[in-house]
Amino acid sequence: MAERSRIVIEPSRGWLAFDIKSLWEYRELLGVLIRRDIKVRYSQTVLGAAWVVLQAVATTGMFTLVFGTLVKIPSEGYPYAVYVFSALLPWTFFANAVSASGNSLVNSSGLIGKVYFPRLVIPFASVGAGLVDFCISTVLLLLLLLILGTGWSASLLAAPFLLGAVAITALGVGIFLSALVVSYRDFRHVIPFLLQVWMFATPVVYPATLVPERWRWVLHLNPLSGLIGGFRSAFLGRPFDLPALAVSCAWAVLLFLLGIAYFEKAERRFADII
Amino acid sequence: MQAIRAEHLSKRYALGSRPAANATFREMVSNSLRAPFRRLRRLGGTAPEEDLLWALRDVSFCVNAGEVVGVVGRNGAGKSTLLKILSRVTEPTEGRVELAGRVSSLLEVGTGFHPELTGRENIFLNGAILGMGRGEIARKFDEIVAFSELEKFLDTPVKHYSSGMYVRLAFAVAAHLEPEILLVDEVLAVGDVQFQRKCLGRMGSATREGRTVIFVSHNMTAVQSLCSRVLWIDGGGIVEDGESARVVGAYLERNNEILMSRSWDDLGVAPGNESVRLCRVEVSPEGEDPCAPMTVETPVRVAFECWNYVDGSPLNMSMVVYDQQDVCVFNSVSDSRRLPRGRFRAVCRIPGNFLNDGRYRVRVLVVREQSVPLLDADNLAVFEIHDTERPGGWFGKWVGVVRPALTWTLEPA
Repeated sequence: MAERSRIVIEPSRGWLAFDIKSLWEYRELLGVLIRRDIKVRYSQTVLGAAWVVLQAVATTGMFTLVFGTLVKIPSEGYPYAVYVFSALLPWTFFANAVSASGNSLVNSSGLIGKVYFPRLVIPFASVGAGLVDFCISTVLLLLLLLILGTGWSASLLAAPFLLGAVAITALGVGIFLSALVVSYRDFRHVIPFLLQVWMFATPVVYPATLVPERWRWVLHLNPLSGLIGGFRSAFLGRPFDLPALAVSCAWAVLLFLLGIAYFEKAERRFADII
Repeated sequence: MQAIRAEHLSKRYALGSRPAANATFREMVSNSLRAPFRRLRRLGGTAPEEDLLWALRDVSFCVNAGEVVGVVGRNGAGKSTLLKILSRVTEPTEGRVELAGRVSSLLEVGTGFHPELTGRENIFLNGAILGMGRGEIARKFDEIVAFSELEKFLDTPVKHYSSGMYVRLAFAVAAHLEPEILLVDEVLAVGDVQFQRKCLGRMGSATREGRTVIFVSHNMTAVQSLCSRVLWIDGGGIVEDGESARVVGAYLERNNEILMSRSWDDLGVAPGNESVRLCRVEVSPEGEDPCAPMTVETPVRVAFECWNYVDGSPLNMSMVVYDQQDVCVFNSVSDSRRLPRGRFRAVCRIPGNFLNDGRYRVRVLVVREQSVPLLDADNLAVFEIHDTERPGGWFGKWVGVVRPALTWTLEPA
């Protein structure tokens, strides 16, 4: 038997009651919930996880047709398809993670009212479940790079770190939104709109160089622009914009901490109002 | 060694459609604009507590390790709130609880079950949610499956399960939790009778293993047989806290909960005196299955067991049955008989087609020489008679204290 643990239940006070230890204790639950989300997503579908590939191909194809061929957005000498896909890949992960984790608490109201565990596990699991889709799409992109002759470069090694930074940003935003949705269901409707605006505010379908020099600093206000640009550099083997990356990473950490701080403050009311 | 120590626990809820905070963002904006005016009005003397509800108010108690404590009370008395605080689902507004040991709570069966996943997958999911480790679940997996009797359906998504199968699987997982402190809400109210009995048996063995259990229930028979101590909660506070037979008796005096059998193992606290004491009362339908439902057609058997201390004393029994409105339905008296010192049994049979549907309360007297009442105990048992299928198209409440089947003749004259 495990050594006697002592639990004290009291009304909590203050802002930072973040209990990383209890989150660690529930890591198995985190794993189980991630597996559940993955299994459930494609249950009773004929194509299963092939949907990830189909969606990625369809979106890339559509964007290539509209922005590459019709609007003729410059793609710095790369085929527009790989150019847009290399940014669409992390963006899709980010958007899915934010939207899934933002709605995750309300979707788990049955759990929250009936059993105790650190509530943070829920939005964390939603972000984690998106990693599988990301990996499948990555394989697709890597194949596309070979086929279209761009090839692979050593810059690819930076991708895992960039993914980590995107995940932390998504967690920060998603955790914040999930707690907000519990109190104000309005934000359920805000999330899709927010993500749409955010995508066009990020150099995903266009290069950052398209923004006039004078206004380039505005991109730094967007936590994702540096990271999405970084992904593009990693896949296409171009030099990294290190200052932009540094700013994005700082944003990631800041958003993460803010998200958790708000969540922890709101958490004590979840069971009563969800 | 104390397992649970609760001090001055209170929980406050805001009433009405506006819970604690604002339901929508728009309301938050409009409320924050109006807030200064509201505060002004409040200075004028309006009570700020107008729409607050104290679900629990200043509740303190301690539970020793290995103790099995029942919690009884009417709906809305604060039982579930207490359990939610102890299981850390919600925070107390005031007060503090210390828990020594691993805690598991069963506020419902099948928490977190996902309809799309198979039985096998849900065992792991539910187990993890209830706090079991993956290794622990894997170790107990076969046992859980055997308990649920669902071997054949393990790889079927639970959305195709019948509700009975669903509950069986859920309870099978829950029954294999091994916490030091177990908190159980009214979860046994579901499932078929046979499975309920199995679960109660499993809970009984859990308590014998020295586990601390808090058991919330309306099932007085289960509370009596499982718990050594009972907390009676009403209006957010503890009304009584003590030995289970005494508290349940006091509770039954005020509320008509069903209680089909009671026994007093310790004659010291049993109703009675130095001449005679009651050891056991049991109401059951006549026939094979003691758990079969009792309808207006079922003959009912009421059995008493007493201890006679005076050898050769001429004793007779007198049973009085009251309905829910406290109307005396009948008083039935047995023959007198000289009984030796020791245990004796008296059984009274209420015929079928006699009582109306409803709840009835049993009072018994033991009388010497057909004139001196030695023992008079009320609220011994409460049983319910259900309505039966009726011929014809009328389903309203059948009037009358009794519903005897009398002989009729109907013919053209």
